[in-house]
Amino acid sequence: MAEGKKKRIPRQEMPTQDPQERRRNFHEVALGYTLELAVAEANRCLQCPKPFCVEGCPVQVRIPEFIKALREGDMWGAVEILKDKNSLPAICGRVCPQETQCEAKCVLGRRGEPVAIGRLERFVADWERAQGMRIPERPAPVGKKIAVIGSGPAGLTAAGDLAKKGYEVDVLEALHTPGGVLMYGIPEFRLPKDIVMAEIDYLRKLGVNIRTNVVVGKLYTLNELLELYDAIFLGTGAGLPIMMNIPGENYNGVYSANELLTRTNLMKGYLFPEWDTPVKVGNKVAVIGAGNVAMDAARSSLRLGAEEVHIVYRRSRAEVPARAEEVHHAEEEGIIFDFLTNPVEIYGNEDGWVTGMRCIRMRLGEPDASGRPRPIPIEGSEFDMEVDTVVMALGTRPNPLVFSDAQLERTRRGTVVADPKTGRTKLERVWAGGDIVTGAATVISAMGAGRIAATDIDRYLRGEGTEPWWPEDGAS
Amino acid sequence: MYRILEKEALTPVSKLFVIEAPEVARKAQAGQFVILRTHEKGERIPLTIADYDREAGTITIVAQEVGKTTKYLGTMQVGDSLASFTGPLGRPTEIEKYGTVVVVGGGLGIAPIYPICRSLRQAGNYVVGIIGARSGNLLFWEDKMRSVTDELIVCTDDGSYARKALVTEPLKELLDSGRKVDRVWAVGPAIMMKFVSLTTQPYGVKTIVSLNSIMVDGTGMCGSCRVSVGGRTRFACVDGPEFDGHEVDWDLLLKRQRIYVDLEKIALERYERELMRSKDTGGR
Repeated sequence: MAEGKKKRIPRQEMPTQDPQERRRNFHEVALGYTLELAVAEANRCLQCPKPFCVEGCPVQVRIPEFIKALREGDMWGAVEILKDKNSLPAICGRVCPQETQCEAKCVLGRRGEPVAIGRLERFVADWERAQGMRIPERPAPVGKKIAVIGSGPAGLTAAGDLAKKGYEVDVLEALHTPGGVLMYGIPEFRLPKDIVMAEIDYLRKLGVNIRTNVVVGKLYTLNELLELYDAIFLGTGAGLPIMMNIPGENYNGVYSANELLTRTNLMKGYLFPEWDTPVKVGNKVAVIGAGNVAMDAARSSLRLGAEEVHIVYRRSRAEVPARAEEVHHAEEEGIIFDFLTNPVEIYGNEDGWVTGMRCIRMRLGEPDASGRPRPIPIEGSEFDMEVDTVVMALGTRPNPLVFSDAQLERTRRGTVVADPKTGRTKLERVWAGGDIVTGAATVISAMGAGRIAATDIDRYLRGEGTEPWWPEDGAS
Repeated sequence: MYRILEKEALTPVSKLFVIEAPEVARKAQAGQFVILRTHEKGERIPLTIADYDREAGTITIVAQEVGKTTKYLGTMQVGDSLASFTGPLGRPTEIEKYGTVVVVGGGLGIAPIYPICRSLRQAGNYVVGIIGARSGNLLFWEDKMRSVTDELIVCTDDGSYARKALVTEPLKELLDSGRKVDRVWAVGPAIMMKFVSLTTQPYGVKTIVSLNSIMVDGTGMCGSCRVSVGGRTRFACVDGPEFDGHEVDWDLLLKRQRIYVDLEKIALERYERELMRSKDTGGR
């Protein structure tokens, strides 16, 4: 190979829509590499014999191998290597926090910019979709039925893997559209919905039966499903919004990020009145929190017509949990960041609409249980912000609706207790993975958990390793 | 799926639909609701279950034509299918043997109290029903209601049919009469449920209301439906829809119901123009 060590190729920028233009439309912000850019970027990879990037990947994608195939022009080879570990590369390439995972470990990053692994992943996956995804031949039916509850990244992955092993798989989705957070949460401008629909189509072609409008816990309980299926995978995520419990939170104009995003993305509120569901943001919006959901809510508010959008975060810039690229894009679009600031009360008028918000300045103290510096209010530093819309993006918890009659052991945070190595819960024939186990985390970790559980479900249904995974004596 | 099997105009402004939904019918209980979409681009609207037939596999809903979605639903015909139909959602009515219960249905609220009365009666309660509407032509199901109550009081605001009274008047008389009333239910417009609750409060009779706040998913995900009950924020979709009427912050509910009035008006006017155009060209 001729990737000369002396000639330093810079990290290839990915073309994006102009910030001034994109802040008012819902089209995808990042446009993806061209073949030329992709090959140039792929050529930067050192092909380390001991690749640290793979260690940084939650599902151990064989990164140098797919990059090698890409630069040798073997695109189907690259697809195969990628998909061996990651069933949703077009999605992960767009939404993974690469800068804290694979790219954080890239050797090139020590003295310059790491290889843009996420962008290359996206390029390969988009190429595959453009060709038409190859549907593997269906194996002989095993004759066993599995219910996958929830059709987000964990459920989609588990369903695909199990179908490929010959199981009959029903995916049960509560909403009218499958895809979970990929459809209701992540906006079109960051993850176009036709990409998610392509993944769903692929599953259907694999023989997976996707049933929408099935609210488990209501239409069927877990115990009823256990009578109908040989195994159950629970991947219902963390869909319950957390509010602040401060005065004024029920004024009109205060949204949970979930509501704002669901109205906008799932219900296509941004196309109102062509689509029927309204969504309303005022002129001056404050989004509380600084995770990816907060960035999505802030940038959606801008696109829905807000004049000024603030991210209000109680810690400092260094602690912002959102993906670096989202923060960068948000700033380019004119989102204002108010760090070390926390709301204490929301004001409203007689008609019940938000008129303002009282905030307090914070300073950082010693690290707390999360390892991040604890934000401490500075006494007497209260000030008022004039806003007409407030969006709470403080995180989410698992929705307890699904548990109804099931004796499933859960933590105090409401997450399901499951063996991280297999996804097994303490209830026989029930597996769980993704945000319902970890609390709100990433698409890639949910996908990885779906894959781990699918492998173990197969093992279990073949009669291997059916013993409990927790110490018998201490069992609940 | 979700085919319309029967359609009936109950009043000039409300229609009944019997929907083919065997799985929902298998589980539905009095007090629960469904969320439906009429078409692909439609919004999700909650409607309280008016009846269910487990054997026929059907759910009955009654909708008042107030906005675009309900008007659109009104144009759908037997044989058409809804785009989606999700349920049963919310907690069912707490059915127990209380003794004597009074169940008040106002306007469209007559529909959901029918299965509530039926279940309460099956549980051994003496059920007094009070149904009312603004005027006689907006009343429906008087006979059906008679079949699930021990006594039925009918009234209209304008006196155009039966007794001229607001539903709170016969209720107050009943409470004043010294008869022991063990529990009251009220389903209807928020303002009517508020006044029923205010009527019973001095008598200390527990009063259950079914809150019709704005919803999207109906599973606790968005918080659009949040209400304040006893000073605590609750989600009507999963914690309700039934709550203790004496603890509900009615003014908050009434304000939150108005969040989208301006946009709802835009959607309705746009749809009505569309309907006019299609009438002009002879289409539906």
